[in-house]
Amino acid sequence: MDNQAIAEEIRSLAKKLLADGVVDCVIGYTQGTVPMRDRPYFAYSPEEAENLTWSSFCCNNLANFARKRADKVAVVAQGCVSRSLVNHIVENQIDRDKLVVIGVPSPGMVDHNKVQAAVGAGKIITEVVEDGDDLVVKGKGFEERIARKTVLRDNCFTCVQRNPVIVDHMIGSPGDDTHGGDIDKVAAPWEKLSAEERWAAFSENFQDCIRCYACRDACPLCYCTVCFVDESNPQWCGKTQDEADVATFHILRAFHCAGRCTDCGACESACPQGIKMRRLTSKIEKDIRELYDYRPGMDPEAIPPMSVYRPDDPQDFIK
Amino acid sequence: MADKILAKDQVAAFIEGLQSDRKVYAPALVGEKLVWSQVQGADDVLWDFTNTDLSPKDFFFPQTECMMRFVNDPADEKGMIMQAEPELDEERVLLNIRPCDGKAFGVLDLIFCQDDYTNDAYWRDKRDKTALIGLACNDPCPTCFCTSVGCGPHNQAGLDLLLVDLGDSFLVQVITERGEALADGLPEADAEAAAQAGELKAAAEGAITSGVATDKIAEREVLELFELPMWDRVHESCLNCGTCTFYCPTCHCFDIQDEVVGLDGRRVRNWDYCMSWLFTVHGTGHNPRPGKKERVRQRFMHKFKYIPLKRGGEIGCVGCGRCVVRCPVNIDVREVVNQMNQ
Repeated sequence: MDNQAIAEEIRSLAKKLLADGVVDCVIGYTQGTVPMRDRPYFAYSPEEAENLTWSSFCCNNLANFARKRADKVAVVAQGCVSRSLVNHIVENQIDRDKLVVIGVPSPGMVDHNKVQAAVGAGKIITEVVEDGDDLVVKGKGFEERIARKTVLRDNCFTCVQRNPVIVDHMIGSPGDDTHGGDIDKVAAPWEKLSAEERWAAFSENFQDCIRCYACRDACPLCYCTVCFVDESNPQWCGKTQDEADVATFHILRAFHCAGRCTDCGACESACPQGIKMRRLTSKIEKDIRELYDYRPGMDPEAIPPMSVYRPDDPQDFIK
Repeated sequence: MADKILAKDQVAAFIEGLQSDRKVYAPALVGEKLVWSQVQGADDVLWDFTNTDLSPKDFFFPQTECMMRFVNDPADEKGMIMQAEPELDEERVLLNIRPCDGKAFGVLDLIFCQDDYTNDAYWRDKRDKTALIGLACNDPCPTCFCTSVGCGPHNQAGLDLLLVDLGDSFLVQVITERGEALADGLPEADAEAAAQAGELKAAAEGAITSGVATDKIAEREVLELFELPMWDRVHESCLNCGTCTFYCPTCHCFDIQDEVVGLDGRRVRNWDYCMSWLFTVHGTGHNPRPGKKERVRQRFMHKFKYIPLKRGGEIGCVGCGRCVVRCPVNIDVREVVNQMNQ
């Protein structure tokens, strides 16, 4: 099924769920006002459900909007969103009985920064049309055809679970779970570096951070009532652009995601500065997988390894 | 003041002249990013670009700015006495600043420097020592809406000079006395050049196809706008991150902190943002803007109602479109304002 057909099915299912009173709200995506920015949308009526869409630009993680809601919601969920929903269920943030999962096999989402780089930085893109395996990128004085697979988000390239892990209504039929990328080969490019080189690479990676916290706020995991960087009594973290303050934020945030991060890539998609947050979180995801044989978001009944103590827990890293 | 002409083969000499007693900064492409960068020579200067990713407000209102320092020791003779940071020790020129950003500083002047008692020394010092040479937009972006918020692609407000690209030369519109001094020595423009610039201006304004309507916002009472049902929906997808405010050329809120390491203390101000929960939380724990709805509403009300109300109708938005492009969930200010105006 192509994205247009999927979008059509999402709309008809959403209309039915709303008309029948099965749910109060359907959380999905709608077309944005600029190219490659389809955005979260909340449909409360069959009429509003008409605005739902599906495309290669559905990069926000909708699980972020589904937690702690009083109403009953249906959520449009590709693989990563479904894993985050599962994680929310595991962490008691979502009551499964009040959640309807509209499962969609993910085609892998497109990184708008890569498309921009492909046509040239600074060029104004006015329209991007999906055409099979290609994107047709149009702008002032140019039109270029780009293969979708060359501009996928990094996490979509290495994803191993594109189909939703929990589903109440499946749209289309499950597709390939992988795209061919090997996460272990790219998860931790810093592993081989010395401590000094690693710090230099880290500093370079995060040097453009403006501390807008879009990464944190787009992340389904970052739901602390008060984030540690917002604590004021005592204040744990400085507010300045000094490297120590910026680094403290990113490193601590990454650690808070250990054993929980589903590698959905919402942080990188949200970052207005194009920072690769996953250079940290992918390493942590890999460690958890290798040390604890655990992949977050795969099983609603799972007991997260960071929440329990076992005498035979791996402890080789304590030196 | 009479307009001048700068032939393109004289641009290098013009820039060299600017550099004789001041630092020159201009937009530059570094990697994939359009940033402000110090100009070493004329070859560094970019003439074909949209606008920098981040606004140049950092030149006057740095994201982190030390205001004063102190010795953290009551026993010390000079202990706990604040020492002001030295003033800017250079003259600067921002070359090729876009009219929207120039206008933004004009708006911020109204806020940072209101009267004798509200006259921000840090802002004023840098503004006084920085000349702004604008580059008119002949080819605006689809997200530009400057013409509907009292600005425009050839707007002169806030600038000292405005360059209009005529092909083989630039028309140099002289706006202030400081600008006049910078353009000293350039030949005067003829009527034909001015007419050509006029045509380019009209064409650029015509190329801006999106906009906001604010007439009803101006008429409506604050409370009426404040209580519009639209606010119940606008905030739904908002992440409450700081992207819109940090990219915005007119957002100017800050947080002042005292930092102490051993005996060294400094008072530092950092950009802050109304989307943040922490921005308004009181010492008691009470937060007058407890939820996303209140915080999102504040940003739009501030720009499109409170600032116009208090600053003689001036809108706190210049239509640069950065927030439209950068918002991770594509909350589009044009849609929001048009809803406020319905």
